[in-house]
Amino acid sequence: MNAAIIELADIRKTYNEGSPVATEVLHGVNIALQAGEFACLIGPSGSGKSTLLNLIGLLERPTAGSYLLKGRAIQQADDDERTRARLRTLGFVFQFHHLLPAFTAIENVMLPGLMRDGAFTREHRAHAQQLLTSVGLADALNKPPNQLSGGMQQRVAIARALSLSPDLVLADEPTGNLDTHSADEVFALMRQFNKTKGTAFLLVTHDPRLAARCDRTIELRDGSIVSDAPSSAASTVEHG
Amino acid sequence: MGFEWTVALRFLREGGMQTLLIVAGTTIGIAVIVFITGFLGDLQRDLIKRTLGVQAHIVVRPAEEVARPLRDAPAAVTQIPQIQTRAQRLRSVEQWQSLVPVLADTPGIRAVSPVAAGPGIIARGDASKTVTITGIILAPFVAVTRLNEKIVAGDLRVDPGDVLMGVDLARDLGVGIGDKVRLSTPTSPGDAYQVRGIYNLGARNLNRAGVYVGLATAQALHALPGGVSSIELAVDDLFGAPKLASRLGHAMPHEVESWTQANPQLLAALSNQTIMTLLVRFFLALVVAIGVSSVLVVAVVQKTKEIGILRAMGASRGRILRVFLLQGALIGASSAVLGSLCGYALTSVMSGILRASDGTRIFVARLEPDLYFYTFIVAAMLGVVAAAMPARRASKLDPAMAIRI
Repeated sequence: MNAAIIELADIRKTYNEGSPVATEVLHGVNIALQAGEFACLIGPSGSGKSTLLNLIGLLERPTAGSYLLKGRAIQQADDDERTRARLRTLGFVFQFHHLLPAFTAIENVMLPGLMRDGAFTREHRAHAQQLLTSVGLADALNKPPNQLSGGMQQRVAIARALSLSPDLVLADEPTGNLDTHSADEVFALMRQFNKTKGTAFLLVTHDPRLAARCDRTIELRDGSIVSDAPSSAASTVEHG
Repeated sequence: MGFEWTVALRFLREGGMQTLLIVAGTTIGIAVIVFITGFLGDLQRDLIKRTLGVQAHIVVRPAEEVARPLRDAPAAVTQIPQIQTRAQRLRSVEQWQSLVPVLADTPGIRAVSPVAAGPGIIARGDASKTVTITGIILAPFVAVTRLNEKIVAGDLRVDPGDVLMGVDLARDLGVGIGDKVRLSTPTSPGDAYQVRGIYNLGARNLNRAGVYVGLATAQALHALPGGVSSIELAVDDLFGAPKLASRLGHAMPHEVESWTQANPQLLAALSNQTIMTLLVRFFLALVVAIGVSSVLVVAVVQKTKEIGILRAMGASRGRILRVFLLQGALIGASSAVLGSLCGYALTSVMSGILRASDGTRIFVARLEPDLYFYTFIVAAMLGVVAAAMPARRASKLDPAMAIRI
């Protein structure tokens, strides 16, 4: 019923291909995400989560397999086309170093608009203000990132990821360096945007508490998917 | 380009002290380049003026007489003629009266002064000196040589019976204004003349070399009735004189010589000076460019994560490239504006310090819009060239790697 935003079929990724130290970190991964899904990707360190997220985020290219982004084969496209697809279809939230320190909070949220339209417009500002208000930062609009707490910075980053209403937000341990309270707040925000805007989320997390609150949990181990199920079932999986 | 401008300006502002220092360094470099460029021309013009003294920029004189063998040998006989170079006697420039208005109307020529000059002896009592006796028509001669600026005693007049001489010759002969001297030449026993004016050309040998009398007087002394030995010209463009001289030389049956042919050592000194300043300017520009380059290389390393995030968010390689090229251009252009101001200030200060031996200013500070315009364009381009390598490096960053750092 829902159109698939991403469809990965038999995706493989080998680093240092052709050299004696070549290592395959993903061994044929199949994932499809539908519009409006809220999924998490779990797995021990070194299981290939970040690589998979980078592949989905068009920051790396798979060695083999097929990747359809909104029904379009994207892994062979040139860098400019992949960059455009990132700008229009995807949003990113990173664990560290999320904001640009040379720009204020609201300007950080306006950056994707600047990239798309070539100028900071009044509409960008109104939209960014609305987004920041909805993440509870109405008072911090013109503060530089270094005057904001980690939780506040991550909320700005979420607002920024959503500023061009992407189909899918990729979040790499978005709560990884936050205290429990801030982590819950940030997570609640993502869920809220998922409900109100229908934006799909794929988040990588180590936190089983958060994983249990996602709709779907995909577990990766040693470069292969070992389970992909609604979250109640996956939450029983032990973590190494 | 909105994105590139915004991000480039923010990155430069974020650079803080780093940006200030490189702009300061680039400004100093450009200021010195502007200063050297601006004053070199003035300095050389002044040097030429002082070295040439009363020499004209271009001299037209009769072609040299050449000895030609008269007899044609039969083709079978190899002839080894021994031809002696002819002694050049004093002759008049042919048709000089009609030539003068033609020369005066030639574009680029400021003044035309026919003169009759030849060797002679100046004597007072037992003292005598050999000198060049030059007959002049006062107004055009002054226009060519600016002798009026060099008179130190008496009047600048060459009425019949008057003679003008340099301070050193006057001292040698022990004469002052109003005293009588005797002028004689190989062709004339001579007569008594009254010292009317004394000049100082700023060089002893020039002050001793000659005396000036009226044209008619000199024609009589040198046995050149109605003739002139040469026509002296002043031109508008000093450095264009050789070209003009060779053009004139082709157009008339006379020998035309510019100051550069008459003073090859001066020309060599000037062109060496020009080459030296070119070298200095080139290396200054190189140092400035390397400075800009190195600062941007560091900036790219410092901003690796930010570049990665911008790339992930959807900034293309081209945009990242332009963000850094633009930073180079902005550094170059802002330094050009500041450097031009500083260069002008430096010129003003130095024009008060660098003075000629007689205390006059060698050059004056001028606002030269052309120079500043070209400086601006060249500095901005230099900034872009300097930024090319760091900008390429920034655009080639792998976003996945850059974010992971």
